[in-house]
Amino acid sequence: MAFVFFAYFAVVSIVAGILTVSLKHPVQCGLALLALLLHVSGLFIMLNAEFLWAVQVIVYAGAILVLYLFVLMLLNLKTDDRYFHAKTPYLLAPAAIGLVYLLFLLVRSPFSGAKGDATSAAILQNGDAHAIGIKMFSEYLLQFEIIGVFLTGAIVGAIVLAKAPKSIETRRDA
Amino acid sequence: MIPLSAYVAVSAVLFATGLLGVLIRRNFIIVLMSVEIMLNAATINLVAFSHYLDSMQGQIVALFIIAIAAGEAAIGLAIIIVVFRGKISTNVDEMNLLKW
Repeated sequence: MAFVFFAYFAVVSIVAGILTVSLKHPVQCGLALLALLLHVSGLFIMLNAEFLWAVQVIVYAGAILVLYLFVLMLLNLKTDDRYFHAKTPYLLAPAAIGLVYLLFLLVRSPFSGAKGDATSAAILQNGDAHAIGIKMFSEYLLQFEIIGVFLTGAIVGAIVLAKAPKSIETRRDA
Repeated sequence: MIPLSAYVAVSAVLFATGLLGVLIRRNFIIVLMSVEIMLNAATINLVAFSHYLDSMQGQIVALFIIAIAAGEAAIGLAIIIVVFRGKISTNVDEMNLLKW
């Protein structure tokens, strides 16, 4: 049963990713990206990361994607005739060969390492959000604060960048 | 039980798709969307390793990645608006003012 769900989420997220890259109209690309984000959040459920599932749906699908669609609607883009790079056909074959080689290496790798103490049973006792919160606000407090400062700087920068500049006439009057 | 390499393979395919999108698409907004695909691929990897190695660190870093992605989207879209105001285009080939 778990395998069926995994196959569904994996196949749909890969197909949605390919559609995001290949569709012509930017709004359709945004909707394909929405499908990708929701199915990736399904993969998080499969991995016992319920809190990340909620964050992915709320922050990615709810906030970031709406920001993208908002800017797309604001700019009212016409579909470009030349929407791919001129040398796209020459890029595809090396990309496919490189990907097959990468997958070959990945499947052969053993993937093991030191195990931690956060087993599935330990997480399920109090829930995933509890486990993340305890870890985040003890060991990773400094990084958390840095992310806070980073986000503040990003939002101030975005506002300063997007603010309409004063026209030359009004500047002359002042 | 799904093997860890299955998750890593999905993440690799998604990352390659995003990288190809950054390379071949000419619309700046879709280039940013491809970057989001790549960030998502990295997040899948982190959460999968976090689950299979019984550690919380991967999920914490995945949360940080989502925060960074939000900042990146805000700044990138602000830059698009500024460029669009001057040139009425979001084609990356026409953004060559900083090139010499």
